[in-house]
Amino acid sequence: MTLSESAAAPAGEVVLEAVGLTKHFPVRRRLRDLFSRTPAVVHAVDDVSFALRRGQVTALVGESGSGKSTVARLLAQLYPRTAGDLRLHGAPTRVRGGRRFRAYVRQVQLILQDPFASLNPVHTVRYHLTRSLRIHGNAGRSAEDLEKALADLLARVSLTPAERYLDAFPHELSGGQRQRVAIARALGADPEVLLADEPVSMLDVSIRLGVLNLLQDLKNRLNLAILYITHDIASARYFADETIVMYAGRMVEGGDSETVTQHPAHPYTRLLTESAPDPERITGDGAGAARADRGRGEPPSLINPPAGCRFHPRCPHAMRRCTTDLPPRLTIDDRPGHWAACWLYDPATVAADAPGSAAPDADPAVPPPPALAERAGDTAPLEEAR
Amino acid sequence: MTDPVLEIRGLRVDYGLGDQAVRAVRDVDLTLHRGEVLGLAGESGSGKSTLAYGLTRLLPPPGVVSGGQVIYHPVDGPPVDVLSLTPAQLRRFRWAETSIVFQGAMNSLNPVHKVATQLLDVIRAHEPKSTPAARLARARELLRLVGIAADRLDSHPHQLSGGMRQRVMIAMALALEPQVVIMDEPTTALDVVMQRQILGQLAELRERLGFAVLFITHDLSLLVEFSDRIAIMYGGRIIEQAPAGQLYRDALHPYTEGLLHSFPALHGPRRELTGIPGSPPDLRAMPSGCAFHPRCPKAFDPCDETLPPLGPPGDGRPDRTVACWLHPVATPR
Repeated sequence: MTLSESAAAPAGEVVLEAVGLTKHFPVRRRLRDLFSRTPAVVHAVDDVSFALRRGQVTALVGESGSGKSTVARLLAQLYPRTAGDLRLHGAPTRVRGGRRFRAYVRQVQLILQDPFASLNPVHTVRYHLTRSLRIHGNAGRSAEDLEKALADLLARVSLTPAERYLDAFPHELSGGQRQRVAIARALGADPEVLLADEPVSMLDVSIRLGVLNLLQDLKNRLNLAILYITHDIASARYFADETIVMYAGRMVEGGDSETVTQHPAHPYTRLLTESAPDPERITGDGAGAARADRGRGEPPSLINPPAGCRFHPRCPHAMRRCTTDLPPRLTIDDRPGHWAACWLYDPATVAADAPGSAAPDADPAVPPPPALAERAGDTAPLEEAR
Repeated sequence: MTDPVLEIRGLRVDYGLGDQAVRAVRDVDLTLHRGEVLGLAGESGSGKSTLAYGLTRLLPPPGVVSGGQVIYHPVDGPPVDVLSLTPAQLRRFRWAETSIVFQGAMNSLNPVHKVATQLLDVIRAHEPKSTPAARLARARELLRLVGIAADRLDSHPHQLSGGMRQRVMIAMALALEPQVVIMDEPTTALDVVMQRQILGQLAELRERLGFAVLFITHDLSLLVEFSDRIAIMYGGRIIEQAPAGQLYRDALHPYTEGLLHSFPALHGPRRELTGIPGSPPDLRAMPSGCAFHPRCPKAFDPCDETLPPLGPPGDGRPDRTVACWLHPVATPR
């Protein structure tokens, strides 16, 4: 049996969908907690919903501790979820291991951040790939089939000639080559979805792009749906079709990558894009650094997350409502599919608060919140995407 | 340009001895001027951290400084060669004149001691005559300097966030008002938002205190924004050195150009990026001639035979140097 070179289904079809995904981790209880009703939990991921489509890359961007890696592990079903649903081809899935887990993993594969840790140092590349092929039933019947499948896999990740790499141990390979082996191992299952958890963060800058370009190429050739998790919003712009920004366990903004990175709407996304290193801002004295100084403070504790919008303690535009009510997804009219979970985009809220007090800094690159622009009189473009 | 504060001349660092030695740093010449930020960029394995440890004499065995000079120019007094200091002199020199901020602040602070203990320890070791009250006041002042509330002195490292720990490390590095601060990937473990806060603060502090910074990182896009001058290392050698703006707009060495094209840009047009083909060289078996030639898209005849010297390029820009046969040195030194 050979691996299918391209799946028959059309691009854009939803393969894996997360609906209201939530994960709380219990915290070790102290004596005094025994008397309180609600056990303490870390709200690692709250109410995350998105869809992975065939032939598309969705990026999940956020600081460390924002819950983005937890989302990857939830999607890979390595953690049981607290609430919410995962739909593979529209069918709800909840697997706890065993045969159903294998069937699920065959379609959804995870690539981890650190190729130095994710490959077993005492085994060769051949062993890693053979195991993946065997477990997922792609090894064929004869030794020749297996050999061909192995060569195929390595060719797909541009490790050629295959003989040079097949019997190598992980320590004999460079970081980039190791990550390619890890990708080949994931492809051994012939999956439909790849979950890439910071696949290039551990690699040297000069080889990062090679691996990203490889993933892009695989996406196009194999029609894969890819979830790309990163803290580097610039690489999300480069690599992903759609970008979702997470903050403190919640999604705060989403839309196509170009819109989210070029016209960020949520104050947190703006902070993120302003903070990213930008060589165009050559100052040499760090004056550019001072600009983003208003983003002081740190992400909140997720054991007692702030009420309302979780960004409000750091937000320069925080209004009264932000401290009490959780903002729903509000559509932004500049591009289709662009949304932000921010009360600034709800005209009624802005009007109720002291007028003008919430005006963001005049930045021509950023679309003004509708309530402050000419659309002030319109009906509220409220849409709760649940 | 102001006078130099630290001059590295022909520094060579090996790991191991004899024929087996791995030559990690080869004949590096680098000058750090008073009050400037000099960025040092390169891939892992290019020798940038080894250079930093070599010039501060912190190299763990089997690392050996096998040649060269590191001349330090104190504010008042004659220049000294750091490599020939006696242990007692070295103890006085370290931290008081040159301090280091290491990459993992998580690992550089002692987890079982309070921040106060660790800060006071530094000050007491170098200023034994100071009174405890004066030391405490100084420690409070240092924390305020880096934007941490003084009551955090009583915290243990695990009670601080990653960014705060890194700031404590910076406070500690500034405790004795050194002339040179070496930062080895100080923000790599941090998020972009925290990274910018810390770098902004550092720029402010430098303005106020006037120390020079040797900033080592693999993130060239960060350096371009933050440093005055940038030196690029590859295979243990400096291959290009230029003011940050010039380097960004007009990189001469193909490797520098490759590095600059390895970063997806957040602004401006979206373009296809290629990165640099191949992998970094193996220091045990360096290519002949220019170490970059096997990966270089522009390699031609002399590249695999003769090592290009580092010097100002022929077309007359005296404030930059490059080691590439495409830009031969006008007058070999």
